[in-house]
Amino acid sequence: MMIKFFLRVFFLCVVSALALPSYAQSGAGADPRSLIDALSKADFGEAEKLIGQLAATGDARLVPALNAFSEGDLYFRKSDNLVFIGKSAGSNYELIDPVTGASAGQAAKNAVTKIKINNSLRRVIRSAMGGLTLLSPDRGVRLQAADAVLRSPSAENLELLETAISKETDGEVKARMVEARAVSLLSSDRSVDEKRAAIQTIKNYGGRNAIGILMGASASLDPSLKADVDAAIASIESGQRLWDIGQNVWYGVSLGSVLLLAAIGLAITFGVMGIINMAHGEMVMLGAYSTFVVQQVIRDSAPGLFDWSLAIALPVAFLVTGAVGFVIERGVIRFLYGRPLETLLATWGVSLILQQTIRSIFGPTNQEVGNPSWMSGSFPVGGMTITWNRMWIIAFSLSIFVALLVVMKKSSFGLNMRAVTQNRRMASSMGIKTPWVDAFTFALGSGIAGIAGVALSQIDNVSPNLGQSYIIDSFMVVVFGGVGNLWGTLVGALSLGVLNKFLEPSVGAVLGKILVLVLIILFIQKRPRGLFALKGRAVEA
Amino acid sequence: MTFKSKLGGALLAAVMSTTALQGAFAADDTIKIGVLHSLSGTMAISETTLKDVMLMLVAEQNKKGGVLGKKLEAVVVDPASDWPLFAEKARQLISKDKVAAVFGCWTSSSRKSVLPVFEELNSILFYPVQYEGEESSRNIFYTGAAPNQQAIPAVDYLAKEEGVKRWVLAGTDYVYPQTTNKILKAYLMSKGVAESDIMINYTPFGHSDWQTIVSDIKKFGSAGKKTAVVSTINGDANVPFYKELGNQGIKAEDIPVVAFSVGEEELAGLDTKPLVGHLAAWNYFQSVDADVNAEFIKEWKAFTKNDKRVTNDPMEAAYIGFNAWVKAVEAAGTTNTDAVLDSIIGVSVPNLSGGTSTVMPNHHITKPVLIGEIQADGQFDIVQETAPVVGDEWSDYLPDSKNLISDWRKPMSCGNFNVASGKCGGKGS
Repeated sequence: MMIKFFLRVFFLCVVSALALPSYAQSGAGADPRSLIDALSKADFGEAEKLIGQLAATGDARLVPALNAFSEGDLYFRKSDNLVFIGKSAGSNYELIDPVTGASAGQAAKNAVTKIKINNSLRRVIRSAMGGLTLLSPDRGVRLQAADAVLRSPSAENLELLETAISKETDGEVKARMVEARAVSLLSSDRSVDEKRAAIQTIKNYGGRNAIGILMGASASLDPSLKADVDAAIASIESGQRLWDIGQNVWYGVSLGSVLLLAAIGLAITFGVMGIINMAHGEMVMLGAYSTFVVQQVIRDSAPGLFDWSLAIALPVAFLVTGAVGFVIERGVIRFLYGRPLETLLATWGVSLILQQTIRSIFGPTNQEVGNPSWMSGSFPVGGMTITWNRMWIIAFSLSIFVALLVVMKKSSFGLNMRAVTQNRRMASSMGIKTPWVDAFTFALGSGIAGIAGVALSQIDNVSPNLGQSYIIDSFMVVVFGGVGNLWGTLVGALSLGVLNKFLEPSVGAVLGKILVLVLIILFIQKRPRGLFALKGRAVEA
Repeated sequence: MTFKSKLGGALLAAVMSTTALQGAFAADDTIKIGVLHSLSGTMAISETTLKDVMLMLVAEQNKKGGVLGKKLEAVVVDPASDWPLFAEKARQLISKDKVAAVFGCWTSSSRKSVLPVFEELNSILFYPVQYEGEESSRNIFYTGAAPNQQAIPAVDYLAKEEGVKRWVLAGTDYVYPQTTNKILKAYLMSKGVAESDIMINYTPFGHSDWQTIVSDIKKFGSAGKKTAVVSTINGDANVPFYKELGNQGIKAEDIPVVAFSVGEEELAGLDTKPLVGHLAAWNYFQSVDADVNAEFIKEWKAFTKNDKRVTNDPMEAAYIGFNAWVKAVEAAGTTNTDAVLDSIIGVSVPNLSGGTSTVMPNHHITKPVLIGEIQADGQFDIVQETAPVVGDEWSDYLPDSKNLISDWRKPMSCGNFNVASGKCGGKGS
């Protein structure tokens, strides 16, 4: 075994890729092409053994074939059971030789059969590919390989890792390899002292994964190492505790920002104008559907612009929902000022009409709104994981808040708006056209709900029911924060978010939500006007 | 105002008289069947599709000459995702429209709401969705999966093929996930899984913020044992759940998720590239390689005039239920409820996975269990298919129901026969 590994490493390092085939044949005793072809008849268990043999050839040319296999792109031709990498080309597959990478012509889709793959095979392939690419000249590939070995450690990669570490010049890749080596070492037959050192190495890297690795390995380790493992786990966990609190605060802020987004339009229509607008959720939904339509157009006509789709959707959604809001105000609500119950019923009816309209046009099923690449995935900050989409949504909702604040306090439209809501008759006497201010204020609130919909389409379903799930939360935030006060909405949303996220881990999501509602009811009993109550004569009017 | 109301009254009268006339004409040359699926409200997302399937099946059957020489006519009503309204609409279908059988319901709550109506008025309901079991009614046929036709084989697959030792049972907080998780917990513990290796988590309907729960799952999964999530999360909550999984980088190779409520329709609203390898257990997938399935998909796309429409498991269950009813009516020579209830037991009809499904005396059917992995194109790649399994209405893993069986053949005719005491009656109806 050892000799074979050293041979393999030796050849991989010294002999160029061109010289490898001769090694592969003489060293491992099996021809990679025939091993790959055997996959056509193998079940999952046999395929696993074949992948092991393929990995043992140490032939880096096999990487594309293994990669294709794990992506489900490996096919065999029914006529001769030969295996190829298949790339879809119209109604045919473009066949590529799995070893040489040469083109092997085309085949009709029904002339080839896909080779089945499942999760356990993907794991085996990941580990095998890690082993094969550890010495790649490309830094990115090496980093991936080290990651792969780290996630599926096996003692067989140990010698290879040690060689790779000794050759490695890049700091980050080397660190990852050292960690992978420590993890692989735990399951090998090395000495107790070496394992003890490995436990220390893993401990120093920390994080949730390290705990998992140590707990998983502890059962098979020498009993004398148990104390070391326990100490290492305890030390990682105490370091992790602080990060966990940070992570909870982050989740809370992120939930709060979603609440803020959903509620901020309502803070204008309900908070400033005093309209109980049950159709607010549907404005959010219309915004999300605008995003969907914009993305469809981009997909069809200019796929290169896809990463910009949200930026394009923002003004579209604002205008569409603003216009719908304008029509609702002119058509329904203006006849009902001063009659809150009728307004409630009428806007509720409007919300049902809007929902069913969307359902008739787009169908009742969810629509797929894609995430642009800059909103996918996550990055680590110390012991926390921060997902990109949440981070952008927090930034986005805060900037909307600031923009709205500026409009309210600095623009002449904002001045008119405040004048009308504080004293309608006086404002009218001063020459302000109050009906138009009402209409545009409602349109502004609706438009902002629409751009909230653009952001929410990134994390939630785009279906006709989208709005319903936010309407209660929105009212809750506005009432809790204090009607008529934008700052109240901000503080209300963030504190509800954080409160929710701190309750959730201990009492569960269902009870957590109930507790939050109970707390709000108690709070409103004590302070009926919410966190930031408006003071002065405006309140009495 | 008076003019308006008069006009309205006249219109109403006109509409009523035409429907009455139609009813009088229809009685002789058509057989009516009821379609009881929500076309508005939260459940419309799933149920509208089944309404379309029923209309397609009726149209197909009429092309073949109908049933007993008469044309079929589907009466569609909209219970609007409102459980009490289901019972009202069911009563209207049976008493007023005089339908021969009803195909409908999705949630267990809606089924429980209509059950007394069907028993009181002695009509037949075909229920096409997977459910929690623990029920057997003389008037209901359960063509969706019982827990042993979906949940238990899925768990077996994970334990055997993926070596899973630690389980997260995550579900929406209502009767189906609660009961299924109770059964699964009892089953896992009977297989020697320690209680500390099972984490049960419930979330409200439409839960959209999964950050904490996904990171809890990650934490639970980093205990050195292979971990999997068994998801009974319902409907709309799935999309944000899977998005969060993808964004937090939980890969199927590390912590696979097997879902019982996620099919082709649910995946249609999702970019599935980050989800490749996560699993679902059903009795049918659109990707099943069978001629009868290819034919069905073609008909469905032609009927909906939409090349992108997908097929899913409840559609197959509706297909089986409808065909079983047609066959039973033809065997009985009448649509009379009692005669059909007798003749339908033992009826075998083709299912869409290339085999046949038989209606059993417990009013459940036999069907194979398929385990599929999500693919990048939103379809499932079938990694395992079992032999046909008989639906088990009373779970063998719950202490309350392990002694109960159901057999609606005469002379037993009992939905909850207790084999220990030898008497009919016990828990449930």
